Formats: sequence, C-alpha cells, structure tokens
Amino acid sequence: MMLVVIAIVVWAVGWWVNVRLANGPASDHTGVKVLIPLIFGLTIVIVWELLVRGFEVNPVILPAPSAIIERLFSEGPRLWADFQQTIIKGAMTGYVIGGLAAFGTAILADRSDFLTRGILPVGSFMAALPIVGIAPIFVKWLGSDWESKAAVVAVMVFFPILVNTVAGLRDTGPMQRDLMRTYGAGYWPTLLKLRLPAAMPFIFNGLKIATTLALIGAIVAEFFGSPTVGMGFRISTSFGQLALDMVWAEIVIAAIAGSAFYGLMTLIEKRVTFWHPSQR
Amino acid sequence: MKSVLPVLTVVAAIVLFWLAAVVPMNMHLVADQAQRDGLNVSPETPVERQEVSGIGLSLRNTHLIPLTYDFVRPRLPAPQQVAGEMYATIIDKKITSKRSLVYHGWVTLAPTLLGFFIGTGLGILLAVGIVYSRVMDRSVMPWAIVSQTIPILALAPMVIVVLGSMGIQGLFPKSLIAAYLSFFPVVVGMVKGLRAPDAMQLDLLRTYNASKSQGFWSLRLPASMPYLFASLKIGIAASLIGTIVAELPTGAKAGFGARMLVGDQYGQPLVSWAALFAAALTAAALVGLFSLIERITLKRMGMQAA
Repeated sequence: MMLVVIAIVVWAVGWWVNVRLANGPASDHTGVKVLIPLIFGLTIVIVWELLVRGFEVNPVILPAPSAIIERLFSEGPRLWADFQQTIIKGAMTGYVIGGLAAFGTAILADRSDFLTRGILPVGSFMAALPIVGIAPIFVKWLGSDWESKAAVVAVMVFFPILVNTVAGLRDTGPMQRDLMRTYGAGYWPTLLKLRLPAAMPFIFNGLKIATTLALIGAIVAEFFGSPTVGMGFRISTSFGQLALDMVWAEIVIAAIAGSAFYGLMTLIEKRVTFWHPSQR
Repeated sequence: MKSVLPVLTVVAAIVLFWLAAVVPMNMHLVADQAQRDGLNVSPETPVERQEVSGIGLSLRNTHLIPLTYDFVRPRLPAPQQVAGEMYATIIDKKITSKRSLVYHGWVTLAPTLLGFFIGTGLGILLAVGIVYSRVMDRSVMPWAIVSQTIPILALAPMVIVVLGSMGIQGLFPKSLIAAYLSFFPVVVGMVKGLRAPDAMQLDLLRTYNASKSQGFWSLRLPASMPYLFASLKIGIAASLIGTIVAELPTGAKAGFGARMLVGDQYGQPLVSWAALFAAALTAAALVGLFSLIERITLKRMGMQAA
C-alpha cells in the first residue's frame, strides 16, 4: 500500500513540475520543450513500476518496467537478430520497393489527366482497405522467409505514397505553370524544376504515413508463418510461453525503431522542403 | 461525375491484370490435376514441371488455360469465383447461418463501431484538453505521437488473450483495439481544427466579451468540423482494420478475420478471398457513409471540406 501512495505522490510531483515549466517564463525554450515530455514519460514509468509492485500484479498481465529493461540487456543478441530479420529485411525492403513502385506509377499516371482522375479515388479507396488480410495469402505464395513480409509491406505502403504523390504533382498553380511555359520549358524541365519540388511536402506526408504501416505489416505478416527468427515470431512464441517481459521488450524495440524511422523521414523532409511555410 | 469513366478504366485495368495473372499462378496445380485425369501435359513429370515457370508452362499447355479459371483450390482464384463465393455466402445463405458472411460481418462491425465511438469521444476530449491546457499540450502530445509507433496491431491478439484471462470477453476487447486506432487521427485532426480560427476571429470574440466556453461552442467547435470529418474517415477505416487483426490469430470463431484464417488453414482459398473482399466493401461503405454525412453537415453549415 505504501508503494501505491508513493506512486500517487510521484505522479503529483511530476505533474506539478510540468505545470510550473509549461506556464513558466522559459516554456518556449527548446530544452524545456524536450524536458516536459521526458518528465511526463519518466513519471509514467515510475508510477507503473510502483503500482505493479504495490498491487502485486501478475507479471503475465503486466510486467514491471525493470523486468522489461533487464530483458532488453540480457537478450540483446537475440533481439538484434529479430530486428534485422523483421525491420531491415522485411520492412525496409518492402518500403523501398513499394515506395519506388508508387512513385513510378504516379509519374506515369501524371502524364494524363484522365488517368490521374481515375487513380486518385481508386488509390484512396485501396489505402483504406484492410490490406493486412493479404498477409496469409502472400506467405502461401512466397514462402515464410522475409520475401513474403517485404511483399506485404510493399503493397501496404504503395497506396498512401501513390495517392499523396499524385495529389502533390497537381499542386501547382496555373500561374507557375504558365511561367515555366514562357521560359520555353517542356514537360520534363517543368516536372523536375517546378512540379516535383512543389510535390515534396505531399510525398513526405505519404512516406511518413507509410513508416508505421511498414512496421505493422512486417510484424503482423510474421504471425502467419516465419522462420524461427523475427519480431512477430518472437512476440507470438514468447506470449505462448507467458514470457510477457520479452513481448514488451520487442514492443519497446518496435516503438523505438518506428519513432526513429519517422524521425528520419521528418529530418529529410526538413532538409528538402526548407522553403515550405510549415518548416519555418 | 466526370471522374466515373476514369475510375472505371482503372478498375477495369486492375481486373484485366488479375484475369491474366490467374493462368500462370494456377498452372502448376492445374497441370498436376490434369495429368491425374489423364490429359496430355508437357513436360510429363511434376519434377520437370517445377523447373518451368508458370508463364512458360502456360504457353506449352494452352489447352489447359480454361481449367485455371475454375480450379477448386486455386493459388489465385479468378474474379468470377470470388464473386460467386460472395454471392453464395451473402445473398443465398440465411443470415443466422454460421457460414453467412453477413453474420460474420456483423460480428466484426459491432466492436468496430463501439470502439470507434469510444476512441472518437476520448480523442475529442483529449484534443480539447490539449488546446486549452499548455501543460497537456507540452506533455501529452509528444507521447500521443510516440504511442502510434507501438505496433498495437501486432499486439492485438495478445491484448485479447490477456483481457480474456481476466474474464473480460466478447465485444469489449476488440473494441479496445478499434478505439486505440481511431483515437489518434481524431486527436491530431481536432487539435488542428480547434486551432483553425485565426487571431482576428478570436479577437472579435474577445471584443464581444465572450467567455471561454462561449468561444468554444460558437467558434472553435464549428471551425473544427471539416478537420473532424477528415479524421473520422481515417479513424473508421483504422477501427475496422484493428478489429479484423484482433480476430486473426486468437482462435476467434466468427468475424471477417476468423474467416480469412479458416480459409487459410483449411485450404479453402475462396473463403479467405470472399472474406477479404467483403471486409473491403464494408470499409468502403463505412467511409462512404461518413463522406455523405460530411457533405450534408458541411453544406448546412456553409463550409468547405478540409
């Protein structure tokens, strides 16, 4: 019971510090902007640990953060192998293939207004579908190794990137296009110098949406058949052994990988679209 | 209306590609079956046939091509087979039957809608908190973004089992997944929407001496509607996907996800494909329904879609 009381106190202190920081004079300072969510996250972890110990929660239902961190260190090599199998081979390969295919299709479709009008609604429709459902079919076709995961990921990321790229290529005003024509620029110079750069914010929006899809696709596809390595495989087998701390360790890895992937895309976007109002 | 013809063209192209792909995908299986039935097949033995690609085999056995379109257990079913299976399980079967897709659709739809309403409600509340409280904005928003990188879909089966072991079963666990997935788009969209009014409009309200709540009800909330609807359309699709994945590896007996898995495990590809397409149609219908509500509402409010 003592631990539960401490947990409530920790929560109150963390919240109070954040209130002071957010409403204080330095609240727009970059350091403070990073510090506040950090304090918030740390309070949650400490409160979680104290509550699990205080209420003696069964580790099968919710393991303590300390147990999860211990697993992260003790199972390092195995987690690294899973990470390579699922994220590097499955998700990344699929992401690149799907992205390039979507980009190529968008450029081709963009040549004709007719095709563009056809592809946008169909693409948006496909992007909203439960594409994860194709995972068992792909595992059957391409075997259980990473090739099938890459294929599922490629199909999943294809539509959001396609729709965003096509929409972005239409995002130039008639005034800008007329200016290019007065300079005597043909289709390709106009595409490379005006329309592609103008489409970049849209393209990156598609790429960022696709990062999370890629991770989910690769992990879920492993539930339907995988070699004896991979995050999806490990999650389902560890869960079968009631080793929930291992499951959570994989979740932490996936969350870090997902955030890093998303952050990387945001960084590249900042460098490429430095001219856009949202980046100033 | 002028995009009807282009859309039909694109769809027709996809169907044509599908029709063309059916032949090489199923040729090996059909050739094996044809040999057992005593038809001429070249090359003669299954081992030799494994050396040849699906396309090569199709070109050498053109007389078998019609057979690939009505094979019993195809690797890739033909469109008319899927359509036939869907017709049989949606129109012909009684709704109460365990093999009726309408019944399975309802099993999936009920938790989807419940979770979607929970997720949307919480999302709107959190967005209001974030807009009106600096502390929440600074501390919760970054974590709301990080929470989305947790592949909850990959954990859906575990969540269901853990909740089941605690004695919570039925609709609620699936709704939880659906709620989690629809929650985030709504938060992001509503935060954007509630902040949509510009300084001039906010100043005008201040000159009227409007209170915070009056400002919320008469300016911020109406201004956020286009953003809300955009998020709702994303959220409902995400909810449905969440529910389906939650049904996949948990040994669920009913629902679209369960049907996909049953077809996969018992070698009935048609069952899987029919469930996949039925799920796709359901998603399309839900998104379409929200688009319709959006169009009517925004028209009545005299606004444009975001």
